[in-house]
Amino acid sequence: MVVAALAALPVVYLAVRAGTGGADAWAVLRRPGTVAVVGRTVLLVASVTAAATAIGVALAWLVVRTDLPGRRVWGLAAALPLVIPSYVTALALIGTLGPGGLLPVSWLFGFPGAFAALTLATYPYVFLLTAAALHRLDPALEEAARSLGRRRVAVFRQVTLPVLRPSIAGGSVLVALYALSDFGVVSLMRYDVLTRAIYQQYRSLFDRTPAAILGLVLVVLTVLVLVAEARGRGRGRVQRSAAGAARTGETVALGRARWTAFAFCAGVIALALVVPIGVLVYWAQRAGARPDGADVIGPAANSLLVSGLGAAAAAAAALPVAALAVRHRSRWTSAIQQATYASNALPGVVIALALVFFATRVAEPVYQTLALLVFAYVVRFLPQALAGAQAALARVDPQLEHAARGLGARPWRVLARITAPLVGPGVLAGATLVFLSTMKELPATLLLRPVGFDTLATEVWSATTVSAYSEAALPALLLIAFSAPVVYGLQLRRSRGTAGRDGSAAP
Amino acid sequence: MTRRLLPILAALAAVAGLGACGGGDDGGGGSGAAAADAEKLVVYSGRGEKLVGPLFADFEKRTGVELQVRYGDSAELAATIAEEGDASPADVFFSQDAGALGAVQAEGLLSPLPAATLDRVQDRFRDPSGHWVGTSGRARVVAYSAERLKPAQLPDSVFDFTDPRWKGRIGFAPPNASFQAFLSAMRIDVGDARTKKWLAGIKRNEPTLLENNIQTEEAIAAGEIDVGFVNHYYVHELRAERPDFPVENHFLGRGDPGALVNVAGAGILKSAEHADAARRLVDFMLSRTGQEYFARKTFEYPLIDGVAAPKGTRALADVHGPDIALGALGDKLPSTLQMLSEAGFAS
Repeated sequence: MVVAALAALPVVYLAVRAGTGGADAWAVLRRPGTVAVVGRTVLLVASVTAAATAIGVALAWLVVRTDLPGRRVWGLAAALPLVIPSYVTALALIGTLGPGGLLPVSWLFGFPGAFAALTLATYPYVFLLTAAALHRLDPALEEAARSLGRRRVAVFRQVTLPVLRPSIAGGSVLVALYALSDFGVVSLMRYDVLTRAIYQQYRSLFDRTPAAILGLVLVVLTVLVLVAEARGRGRGRVQRSAAGAARTGETVALGRARWTAFAFCAGVIALALVVPIGVLVYWAQRAGARPDGADVIGPAANSLLVSGLGAAAAAAAALPVAALAVRHRSRWTSAIQQATYASNALPGVVIALALVFFATRVAEPVYQTLALLVFAYVVRFLPQALAGAQAALARVDPQLEHAARGLGARPWRVLARITAPLVGPGVLAGATLVFLSTMKELPATLLLRPVGFDTLATEVWSATTVSAYSEAALPALLLIAFSAPVVYGLQLRRSRGTAGRDGSAAP
Repeated sequence: MTRRLLPILAALAAVAGLGACGGGDDGGGGSGAAAADAEKLVVYSGRGEKLVGPLFADFEKRTGVELQVRYGDSAELAATIAEEGDASPADVFFSQDAGALGAVQAEGLLSPLPAATLDRVQDRFRDPSGHWVGTSGRARVVAYSAERLKPAQLPDSVFDFTDPRWKGRIGFAPPNASFQAFLSAMRIDVGDARTKKWLAGIKRNEPTLLENNIQTEEAIAAGEIDVGFVNHYYVHELRAERPDFPVENHFLGRGDPGALVNVAGAGILKSAEHADAARRLVDFMLSRTGQEYFARKTFEYPLIDGVAAPKGTRALADVHGPDIALGALGDKLPSTLQMLSEAGFAS
């Protein structure tokens, strides 16, 4: 409850700002441009979500369940684009396909470029959550279906997919929310959507009301996304009645398709990871770059600190909300849950200004401290933690917990011995998403950080504001370098299988 | 699972702790009990650390005043100050453009500056009511491709770019504050009717719309467009990194709205707790040292007499847009945005 109320602060702020403006501010909705902007936003969000979901699910299945050559490496590489700021992906696409690039094409700017860059930047959300779910999938389910004579394709459709649905739906929502809130890509690709209109209104400065009204339009779109997600999640529920077999399901031999699949993985990762890193390396070595390692140690440490804190805090905040949403399903609880999502679709600057507004009025002692900054990250990225926790919790049968309680275990012990080990990977996957998103977060960091508190993301920004791309490259590369071990740790844990449910997970 | 998560977090915290120790001041405890030994000053700077950090460091060294600088985007910082209201920790707002200063002043949050400070610059470079002062000048120019155009091929007035021979060759950034200020200046100078006619003429030439000045310069370099309406210093910034950047500045004729000189400037907040040190900082920016710094490091025009213009630019006396006080442009902004929207250049 409290978590949801706090997470909904930005929406309250928008309502306050929209409400206190003059009536003529609402004219912004009737401008001829506004309708077209909303239409373009919907088109972009829908297509990015569809494409990112398809790519993410396909990659997850290939990496977890097939004999794809080099699947460990792909597993790591496929998640990494998440740490590349999406405007870097966009710049890389412009550098290669744009005018004066390696393979100039005339159709890049506008929808195609925005669509491609956002899809490449966001498919890891679906990939990570789906892969986590595939790892936790009880192979007994599929085996039973197979033994009953179902063909593999039918098993995938009728057994595997329904179990994965909450994870896929959770990932897709994150993609949609990201696409709704992104500003960097659409500005570089010159595609006019709602966030661009909101930024423009903020830049015009004199009246914040039109910006707030457009922000509320974004909130409405978010609600539509969430309604679609609830449909996508499916009515049915699949829970594990037992811990399940301690192994991952059978590995599918791809046969001749092996190298086609390989090419698919290689293609996606080349575009999403190799090209952006290549562009960064190119900038780094360009004339005039004198990388000074000492200058980035402090910001790097700061990035790791706030991202770690943000991830831990978001995971902790997500659990009660997820428990409420999963275990006590009602209109009320789903409203609470949706309130926490609304903030995620808003551009970072709106969230930052909302917290400036509230903190200077009711919580001045924490204003411009780390505490408020971490709180801002929780507000911004809670849905990512929630997506992980909720999908995991949905598969835990409450009967198990009841049984443990019935056998005399105290609630905390049930949580530690039964619930935590079962939802652990999901929660961890969610926390990882928050960690990676926080590493590159900029708008809220800029406005809410303590004075002088530089992170790698602010260093990148600081260099690009004076078009010093070569100076921006080093912190950007470090951003990727420091995030890689976190992703790797997560993947490694998975590949060790599901060992550790025999009590070793006690706190 | 928790047990496995803990070491990761612990390791992160340890690394971060080490970094913080090594870095000395991490600013983490900013608002805590401040020692009263050194005077402190909180600056919200809409200009980047790479640009103005050394100037601030110089001020600290000379005066012993400790600066706490929050770097950000000018418009976003202005919105932040507006949300903070009287509770703003900021003493000085240092902005990239006059518009953001005007917005803070419109909220009634700036205090008047001493006449001695204001009088260092010409009337046109300061707020008519004396609440902010320009600290350096930036001229509107036409950036052009040095590879595809010769200076003699460029017109003397921005109005000539409606000629069909520029079809498909023009680029500019409608969301950019300086572009909007230029358009407001045009409206004051030649009236709304002629401005609308100019916008329609430019529209017919199918311009490429960009997000900011840097994108505009890049589009010229990449061969996408041949000319762009930008501020004069971007090409110098880009050349610092790419000496062979193939773009040059063309200055339009005296009195042309396309030759408007805009300013970056500073104001002191009403709620400032260190108003005295704040005035010293603003005066320092307008001192010879400060002005020479802008001319040399940011390639901008000094605004006080007796300091030379940056190398490779035209003298400020010869760069003269319409005779309009910059403070008058702010009030025009909402209707200028409306006009841009109606002309199909903004949503």
